[in-house]
Amino acid sequence: MKSLLASRKARAFLLQAVFLIAIVGVLAGAYVQGSRNIAARGITSGFEFLTRTTGFNVGFKLIDYSGYDSFARLILVGLLNTLFLGLLGIVAANIVGLVVAMLRTARNPILNLLGTIYIEIFRNIPMILQVVFWYALLTHLPPPKEALQGLGSFISSRGTYIPGLNVSAEFAAISCAIALAAVMGIVTVSMSRKLSRLNSARLIRWAIALFAVCAVALTLALGHEDGTPLMSMPELRGLNIRDGIRIPPEFLSLLIGMAIYGGAYIAEIIRAGFLSVGKGQAEAAQSLGLTPWQVFSRVRLPLAIRAVLPTLINQYVWLFKATTLGIVVGYTDFFAVISVSINQAGQTLELIGILMLGFLIMNNTIAFLLNRVNDAIALKGSQLRS
Amino acid sequence: MSVDTLSPLPGRKQSLLSRLFSRPLDVVISVTVLLFAASVLWQLSKWAIIDAVWTSPDATSEVCRGVSGACWAVIDVRWRLIVFGLFPYEEQWRSSLACIVMVIVAILSCVPMFWTAIRLSALWIVGFSIFYALMAGGVLGLTPIAPDKWGGLTLTVFIYAAGMLIGMPMAIALALMRRATLPVIARTTGIIIDSVRSLPLITILFTAALVLPFVLPEWLLGDKIWRVILGFALFFAAYEAENIRSGIQALPSGQEEAARALGLTYWQRTSRIILPQALRNALPPTINQFVISFKETSLIVIIGFFDVMASGKAAYGSGEWSFAWVEVYVFVALIYFIFVFSLSRYGAYLERRLRVGQH
Repeated sequence: MKSLLASRKARAFLLQAVFLIAIVGVLAGAYVQGSRNIAARGITSGFEFLTRTTGFNVGFKLIDYSGYDSFARLILVGLLNTLFLGLLGIVAANIVGLVVAMLRTARNPILNLLGTIYIEIFRNIPMILQVVFWYALLTHLPPPKEALQGLGSFISSRGTYIPGLNVSAEFAAISCAIALAAVMGIVTVSMSRKLSRLNSARLIRWAIALFAVCAVALTLALGHEDGTPLMSMPELRGLNIRDGIRIPPEFLSLLIGMAIYGGAYIAEIIRAGFLSVGKGQAEAAQSLGLTPWQVFSRVRLPLAIRAVLPTLINQYVWLFKATTLGIVVGYTDFFAVISVSINQAGQTLELIGILMLGFLIMNNTIAFLLNRVNDAIALKGSQLRS
Repeated sequence: MSVDTLSPLPGRKQSLLSRLFSRPLDVVISVTVLLFAASVLWQLSKWAIIDAVWTSPDATSEVCRGVSGACWAVIDVRWRLIVFGLFPYEEQWRSSLACIVMVIVAILSCVPMFWTAIRLSALWIVGFSIFYALMAGGVLGLTPIAPDKWGGLTLTVFIYAAGMLIGMPMAIALALMRRATLPVIARTTGIIIDSVRSLPLITILFTAALVLPFVLPEWLLGDKIWRVILGFALFFAAYEAENIRSGIQALPSGQEEAARALGLTYWQRTSRIILPQALRNALPPTINQFVISFKETSLIVIIGFFDVMASGKAAYGSGEWSFAWVEVYVFVALIYFIFVFSLSRYGAYLERRLRVGQH
């Protein structure tokens, strides 16, 4: 035994075996205890409950859903809500972040000060508190009868109403997808070294844009519901506001929270990126006769983004996880529907499994995709000089 | 990266005035922004100070009727609820003393005299024990108070301090295990760390509070608050382990090789050579992680704890003061701001201090 312990290899093997046995032991113990508890409470384990009807409705949904639908559909509703909020929130946080980063790096000291105040206030207060505050603010607005109006929109305690199109949801989704694909296509053409050097690069970009506009117009026309005006304008009828698109305060407070809190973090990351771009780069661009806007959009911004993209990716994943705050204001995101389902169906372990698996898949997909982008555009070799 | 050698503004030495008004465009921007800021500041101070009501003599909301400014009287009347939660009234001195002890511990650990592993851990363990004894009671003739009565700011401080105290050793262990030469241990730890990092904190707290009772035997269950603290510590440890690991990887390999050549054992190498330097390398992201974790304690409100945010909500939510929600949220935000801002300022100071002599 003593000689066995003296051998390094044997020791390593033993240690790992013990470690593995301990982990398997803990998992097995949890499994045994779990199945005993489940049996004691008379719950049948398994995933059959997913096909049962839920019996309750939810507030915010992107697809048709009612109490007669199954738990599987409810979870899909939550999943789509999370993706929708996450996507819009990240885009909004990016816009805020870029603007604040520009303020922080501007020539004018007053603008610097504004940026600094913004960052120090909003980064030092927990996001959950900010979301609850915005929610309280939005629900304390005047009722629909005295709603704030402007640009064809209404802002009231029941929600914000903006003009929309009378187009069925499927066709609206398709046209959004076309528009997104077109933007990605144009960006790819501009980013790709091979394509952007072609003389016809500009022509290709215009062709994509034109094609996309036609395709979107055609889809919208096809999806237009007969007998209604194309534009759906919100208007006050009786005690409530009808037509238009209603943005519920639950969604809007989360979106504002993500934009403001996430924006403060993203601003600091982008600012670090701006500072890492050597002065020589901007001066060289200036001396080549580029306008200030060109220096910014063609030299400083692309170099800055490339320098900080890995950090930005982490921030995006973090922001995406922050959508789980939906439960504090009653937005039915993925976490909220799982939590409600646990209460209603009682299948705690299965539902938590779905929740964790869902987040692992979504977050790793975001990180994977963005890391591929990073690999594709990262500065290599001689481009790194400052 | 040569970030710190570059000045973000061209011509730092120019006087402020000439930078404010150097070009016509700058003049326009400066004047507009200054005017706008002045008007916002005026409105704000009018609301928060000039027109505000500070106290309520009869502890009702009557004094705030028809007042255009802030009604700080709500804080005057309800601050005990916000700070102490449902802690029994006559024992609230214990709660405040406990909070003060923890703040003193936090301030002391910023003093360089305490910057050795033994002193720092001793300080925190002693401080935390005093805190716990004061809160829970049952010793020295203090009446016992169950954790479900704890609330408000003290609960936030308690969960944070306990989480960090458990999380830091856990983080070091996880970082070392992930760096281990034994593949099974390194891989498994890697999977655990990466999985925890890609889950939202709230799902982990939720699991700790509601799912663990399903899979743990009765004798291992403990109180809900300790399970939540363990979940919180695990989440912190997963992030902090990666900071420490990058601190270790930033060390020149010569350090480890030299220690090995001197015949030091693994534990000697780790505790005398590697960790002291690695932790120093990892200090800036560690402070950042501490700051983020303090803000994240606020999530416990979702799984039903009565922390400072929930007690704030309760302070205005009871009909009479329901109009004063802005004042209450501003007060709670201010509490968080003071804690988080001072911590992050201290972190920035440390970072500057550590950079001295490293170039």
